[in-house]
Amino acid sequence: MSATLPSRVTSASAAVTDFASTASCFEIEGLCLAYDGKQALRNLTLRIPRQRVTAFIGPSGCGKSTLLRVLNRLHDLNEDVSRQGRVSLEGQDIHAPQVDVAELRRRVGMVFQTPNPFPMSIYDNVAFGVRLQGIKRKRVLDEIVEWALDSAALWDEVKDRLHGSAWALSGGQQQRLVIARTLAVQPDVLLLDEPASALDPISTLKIEELIRSLKSRLTLVLVTHNMQQAARVSDYTAFLQDGELVEYAATDNLFTNPRLRRTENYITGRMS
Amino acid sequence: MDITSDTHSQHISKQFNHELEELKTHLMAMGGLVEKQVQDAIEALLEGDSRLAERVRDNDQAVNDMQLKIDEEATRVLARRQPAASDLRLVLAVIRATSDLERIGDEASKIARNALALVEAGRNARGFVEVRHISEHVRRMVRDALTAFARFDIELAVKVAQEDDTVDSEYTTAMRSLMTFMMEDPRSISSILSVMWILRALERIGDHADNLAEYVIYLVKGLDVRHTASDKLDDQVGKHKS
Repeated sequence: MSATLPSRVTSASAAVTDFASTASCFEIEGLCLAYDGKQALRNLTLRIPRQRVTAFIGPSGCGKSTLLRVLNRLHDLNEDVSRQGRVSLEGQDIHAPQVDVAELRRRVGMVFQTPNPFPMSIYDNVAFGVRLQGIKRKRVLDEIVEWALDSAALWDEVKDRLHGSAWALSGGQQQRLVIARTLAVQPDVLLLDEPASALDPISTLKIEELIRSLKSRLTLVLVTHNMQQAARVSDYTAFLQDGELVEYAATDNLFTNPRLRRTENYITGRMS
Repeated sequence: MDITSDTHSQHISKQFNHELEELKTHLMAMGGLVEKQVQDAIEALLEGDSRLAERVRDNDQAVNDMQLKIDEEATRVLARRQPAASDLRLVLAVIRATSDLERIGDEASKIARNALALVEAGRNARGFVEVRHISEHVRRMVRDALTAFARFDIELAVKVAQEDDTVDSEYTTAMRSLMTFMMEDPRSISSILSVMWILRALERIGDHADNLAEYVIYLVKGLDVRHTASDKLDDQVGKHKS
């Protein structure tokens, strides 16, 4: 196991290359989704490039979190959902009958708004998913825990109290612990739903720095209400409104010269 | 997306609308003062009015003060509002524009100082015909650039940028004929040099007006045309129609 661990994160490859030349992680085609007969996503078609940060922005209820949840099939947990269209991850339809949903969720990890560490030690939190995969040897676990905490930029702060309760950590540390727990099972994608909205500005910057450093080996998809955050960390930004994809562009362009008035109105705080 | 002159007054935050409006209003006030400075400097020169020339020289401080004040306001908007899209472009265009306006002000006071020197020398120098001619062009450029800024008028901005080429070629011709005058009459060298400095100042004012016009295109279209040849401007701007 340890031999397959990627090398420690060194620096982020910040440059945004041409969208067309970037390989796809997710390809979404004609995606429609309705809860209880209420349309939440309307015919979305977009691709999410690999090893980039893509942000979804839009007003409350625009469908951005719903779209994020479709990407690791969390919407399956809701019974009254009807879905049309195709979502593929690295070319494979994630809704195909042979897909193992647990394995999909390992590959596509998710971090929520409120940090949710388990009521156990820091070490056990990070080792939790790895143990579920059947890895029990202490030496291997130790190595993975250190690697994951280091990748989540938390190792130096917790290395002397690995067996202390995770709940004793600050909110920002808890959120980084949750990210470490997700990284420990070596996902390909990290979905982040408002990961910093419950955190203070310094903790927020640490999370943003972490997002930036992780994209050298992961694809990250971020939902945020904070437009400055999307502007700071993402390479591409998709603006959704009423379940529709309004505009999707390189973040540099979207925040300086959006193509459409609806986008302009939203990002500049105008009435639309 | 193209924007119009009332785009910046539609924010949910009325205070933000107000701040951006103030920024534009103050820039226009600075533009008005600078335009007057250029006009007075030329009048002082052509009429040999040394009192007017002194006033232009002394007013330069007011132009500088306005630049500092507007830049400070713009910095405050950046820090407090983190503007995006057309709001960001407006703030950047204003910051850039104050710097060009301030330099136009400097050139106007240079013209005034040379006008004073010419009045003191007490001789009617050669080259006033050229100065009159070029100054009409340049004054129109400044006025049109400011109007284009106030109205977010792309067509007018493109016209200003293209007019700069005419001014540049008239400047070259005028300089050449002044050289000939100097060779013909070495006693006139010092006064002709003053006229040359004045022409040079006018030519620079034309360049700054051209810059102002380019900021209007950036502001409205999000298109940076600072290093685009003026004969390609129409094409570039047309391509970005939305």
